[in-house]
Amino acid sequence: MKTISWQAVYVLWLREMKRTWRAKSRVIGSLIMPLFFFVFMGTGFRRATLPGIPQGVNYMTFLIPGMVGMGLLFSSMFAGLQVLWDKEFGFLKEIMVTPVTRLSIVLGRMAGGSTSSLFQGFLIMFLSMFLGFRIPGIAGFLVAIVFMFLITFTFIGLGLAFASRMKDMHGFQLIMNLVVFPIFFLSGALFPIQGLPKFIRPLAYIDPLTYGIDGMRGALVGISAFPLSLDFTVLSIVCIVIVSIGSFLFETSEVGQ
Amino acid sequence: MAIVEVNNLIKKFKDFTAVDSISFEVMEGEIFGLLGPNGAGKTTTIRMLITITRPDSGKAKVAGFDIVKERDKVRENIGIVFQDPALDRQLTGRENLDFHARMYNMPGDVRLSRINEVLELVELTDKADELVENYSGGMQRRLEIARGLMHAPKVLFLDEPTLGLDTQTRRKIWEYVQNLNRTRGTTVVLTTHYMEEADYLCSRVGIIDRGKIVALDTPRNLKNIIGADVITLEIKSGEAEEFRKLEFVREFVRHDNLVSLGVESGEYKIPILMEFAQSKNIKVNSVELHKPSLEDVFLHYTGTTIRERNANEEERMRMRRRMRRE
Repeated sequence: MKTISWQAVYVLWLREMKRTWRAKSRVIGSLIMPLFFFVFMGTGFRRATLPGIPQGVNYMTFLIPGMVGMGLLFSSMFAGLQVLWDKEFGFLKEIMVTPVTRLSIVLGRMAGGSTSSLFQGFLIMFLSMFLGFRIPGIAGFLVAIVFMFLITFTFIGLGLAFASRMKDMHGFQLIMNLVVFPIFFLSGALFPIQGLPKFIRPLAYIDPLTYGIDGMRGALVGISAFPLSLDFTVLSIVCIVIVSIGSFLFETSEVGQ
Repeated sequence: MAIVEVNNLIKKFKDFTAVDSISFEVMEGEIFGLLGPNGAGKTTTIRMLITITRPDSGKAKVAGFDIVKERDKVRENIGIVFQDPALDRQLTGRENLDFHARMYNMPGDVRLSRINEVLELVELTDKADELVENYSGGMQRRLEIARGLMHAPKVLFLDEPTLGLDTQTRRKIWEYVQNLNRTRGTTVVLTTHYMEEADYLCSRVGIIDRGKIVALDTPRNLKNIIGADVITLEIKSGEAEEFRKLEFVREFVRHDNLVSLGVESGEYKIPILMEFAQSKNIKVNSVELHKPSLEDVFLHYTGTTIRERNANEEERMRMRRRMRRE
């Protein structure tokens, strides 16, 4: 019987909010890296012309959607991998033995993780306004939000998938280095993917974040490598697939000791 | 009426049989204990009953529901306190309880009153709004017991409830368990490797070793199997040999002015002995009663003591850790 308990979804969301609020320093800390990128790369490359960035668009403007995407990537992966912390501290058992379907648990986690992750994304966007960023209009902004949602769900799903098959936190650093950073660097967050050598470019094409950032950039800045409809279609499909895999792996995972 | 029925449960991990065809029943309203050393299969048995480990074969029902086919129904009717802490340390005590209540879909007003009620029961009302990470080990344990009671379960499972706690806290926890069993009639199933715990708390005890139940009865009956209590009398004056004549004295050993008598149900025999001594004009300085413990019972059935078994187990774990490191 696959029913959803909304109260369970709500309380899982509420728990995530409380935990995020109580770890304010972590949230603030997560803003430091994008800020460094803004300050050092944004100002350093201010006058640079890169293939793929049209004349008249400065590098800082190009960089902003990339930084929002980076914030979303890290915080979403982190939210998905949160399951590992719950395993470590035993709380996962408490969640798993309740008479609530695992689907409700997945939804609760998604709701909580995406709220705090999107909050961080908006925070970066807000900070970038002090660096000259202007929201182009309500339509562009709404389209960007759609992409932000898709990015968030995709990477919470990915985090959940990894966390469901890991026994403890030992693999966490490995995932950060071998999965999260390559996804970030290949996504076109820092430079147009047209600039990548031919043999690396396919890797950028299979990186879901590429489409998310390209979509946001199209909506907010008006430049994109692909048509927005393509970005949207590809990212939506990838999102559904990854979330399904993540949920499936979580539902079939062992509770552990 | 049996509220937990276990029939030939088997659980294997690769070539190791953790639970080897176990059967027992727990009656409604009793405190039932599984006593045995580490690695005897207690926790695996409990994990199957609380539906987080699937048995390889056999059947079990909890509160009338099948543990495999009606998992969610079982879950609604049981409370669980795990061996290791399972609290969110970033939340307060009250928030942990509220989380639990909502996961069990309890309506708002019931939720509030139940939280206060169980906090009261484990005397944590004052600390309810502090983060759990600031709780002591004993307080965390009490909070977990309170949480296990939140949704008024028919059966409460406690896996090694006082493991690693000091004597005073242990006593307190025993009191809470007895109290809730008496006042609410909650059936309690617990595992332990502490003799005193099983002896003090449980109405019936199953002694478990190497995945099998080797004996199951009330603590008193189990100890009676071992046989006599020993009453040691220190004689001041008079003819100690007279005690030999008493019908209930099974054994008689004398060392100078000390007399050891093997009897059954020693506590009832002491008054008789005193009256007898008086009538025979024997002056007694002191009386000591030694009753066989469950440790003696375990020794009787398995040939080793639980303490030795645990020591061996620790040795094995240490070896395994060392091997993994290399």
